[in-house]
Amino acid sequence: MLYREAGQFKASYAADQQIFPIRQDRIGIMILLVIAFIAVPMLASEYWLKGILIQFLVFSCAALGLNILTGYAGQLSLGSAAFMAVGAFASYNFMLRIDGMPLLVAFVLGGLAAALVGILFGLPSLRIKGFYLAVATLAAQFFIVWLLTKVSWFSNDSSSGVITAQDMVIFGYKFASPEAKYLLVLSVVSALALMAKNMVRSSVGRAWMAVRDMDVAAEVIGIRIMHTKLLAFAVSSFYCGVAGALYAYAYLGTVEPEGFNLDLSFKILFMIIIGGVGSISGAFLGSAFIVLLPIFLDVIVQDVFAGILPPSIASNLQLMVFGGLIIFFLIVEPHGLARLWQIAKEKLRLWPFPH
Amino acid sequence: MQFFLEVLIGGLLSGVMYSFVALGFVLIYKASGVFNFAQGAMVFFAALTFVGILELGVPFWLALVLAFGAMVILGIATERIVLRPLVNQPPIALFMATIGLTFFVEGLAQAMWGASVRGLDLGIQDEPIEWILQATDIGVSKFDLFAAGVAAVLVTALALFFQYTRIGRALRAVADDHQAALSIGIPLQTIWRIVWAVAGFVALVAGLIWGARNGVSFSLTFTALKALPVLILGGFTSVPGAIVGGLIIGSTEKLAEVYLGSYVGGGLDSWFPYVMALAFLLVRPEGLFGEKHIDRV
Repeated sequence: MLYREAGQFKASYAADQQIFPIRQDRIGIMILLVIAFIAVPMLASEYWLKGILIQFLVFSCAALGLNILTGYAGQLSLGSAAFMAVGAFASYNFMLRIDGMPLLVAFVLGGLAAALVGILFGLPSLRIKGFYLAVATLAAQFFIVWLLTKVSWFSNDSSSGVITAQDMVIFGYKFASPEAKYLLVLSVVSALALMAKNMVRSSVGRAWMAVRDMDVAAEVIGIRIMHTKLLAFAVSSFYCGVAGALYAYAYLGTVEPEGFNLDLSFKILFMIIIGGVGSISGAFLGSAFIVLLPIFLDVIVQDVFAGILPPSIASNLQLMVFGGLIIFFLIVEPHGLARLWQIAKEKLRLWPFPH
Repeated sequence: MQFFLEVLIGGLLSGVMYSFVALGFVLIYKASGVFNFAQGAMVFFAALTFVGILELGVPFWLALVLAFGAMVILGIATERIVLRPLVNQPPIALFMATIGLTFFVEGLAQAMWGASVRGLDLGIQDEPIEWILQATDIGVSKFDLFAAGVAAVLVTALALFFQYTRIGRALRAVADDHQAALSIGIPLQTIWRIVWAVAGFVALVAGLIWGARNGVSFSLTFTALKALPVLILGGFTSVPGAIVGGLIIGSTEKLAEVYLGSYVGGGLDSWFPYVMALAFLLVRPEGLFGEKHIDRV
């Protein structure tokens, strides 16, 4: 009853092109932002902020990046963690080696460095498609982690490549408390999400989707394949790079190249699959699901099965439930949580008179 | 020269071991178009199940049969629970499902048999063969040679099975064209079950050989990842490709580690196969023996 677009007329081109054409959506997103920016920092406990919310936002950013590449441009990648590593280590080095480097500029430069590496490893996509490409991106995954571990210059000659992120200072204000860190990450990720949303509904995004659906046909209608695919790799890696920098600076503080391993890449891939391939909100939903699920399982296993099962079986049970849930989700809703949300909205528009 | 030959032969023989894992991938991809990421986990599951049964005091051959039975059950259950509901979904969904399956199978194996590292003795020593060593001064491991022999037998058996049996013909028909095979009355689901069972058998053989070499532990699943560059090098759809790809990857990996590793500080073998496969794909995007992909609008 409340969610209805009746009576909302688009009288100008600007109104026709706005991101959220339905007023209720606009109000909803405003409320969401107000909650995220004001209510959450006031109410959430330190554990929630530090352990869960920052992690959730960082992974959302990485999932956004992978979703642009895999969901919109259709290039399957298993190397997103490596691009995060590039972003983290590049930001670290820019901060370390250039005096007075502003933090946000370092993040952006880290993202750009990841974008460059992304273009380099995206070049094979011009010849290779599908699963061949997925395996080829594994080359990026293993090579980059190896390189960051072996060449000690990247980690300023620390043992086994561990870096400790510098303090986060912007205009003299030090982001040290969990609330401050959370707000910083939230601002960066919101800005990036807005950019992504606008990108995918512009001509760039349409070109990506055309290439995804059938690249030969896209080429025939005049889309420059090379340009489009490499741009997707660059933008995706940029997002992953910034996510990596945030991961190092705001979430962990201390990272090593091995932390950006294949498991992390898979985790990000799971996020976009469960959240919804080819949707911006899906990146957030999937990230929330993947971040919360292990915590949830931990609690359940500890509370319910602690007395019954030995801990080794309990941890394996967790692995099994995780794998089983992924299969379950794929079977029940292959288009992810974002699709469920969309269906709910469609239903709401007609409710309570569906005919 | 002698040293080069020794490294080369060692590499070729260890490449055979990669081929074992790649073979399982190829079988499933050919018949069902599913990129089965869980093959590595199946190798681990098979090896752990076999060792676990052996530890209960069951004789070797019976344990082999029981482990094979477990793999068949796993294959059938996968077909029924995972693949059948996902028919007609895009390949990426099936691929993701097999990653989920990987987690599940790894968890299941360790929940059933525990996570400790176990040795596995097949009764063949990993030592150089005397008379070759004396005649040519090149060390060739008995065990590696045995593995190569098993691979030869396995591939021959599979080739015969595919070529001359009724089921084999049906399998090839399904691999060729799902819908055409369906339309002439080949039961697709039965075929898939058989293929997964055969892949399970290959995984068991791979698990036994890898397990005897490196011990049965969780790291088996990582070793199985090495089968991926083998796969793209050889082509997803070719059994000979899996073998040749394995030989190429195994030998170049060892040669690179020995001759280049000292310049860059070692650890080359973690990425060298992938980069090589990648470079190779730039020249032949469908792999050595893969089917050429023709795009139509």
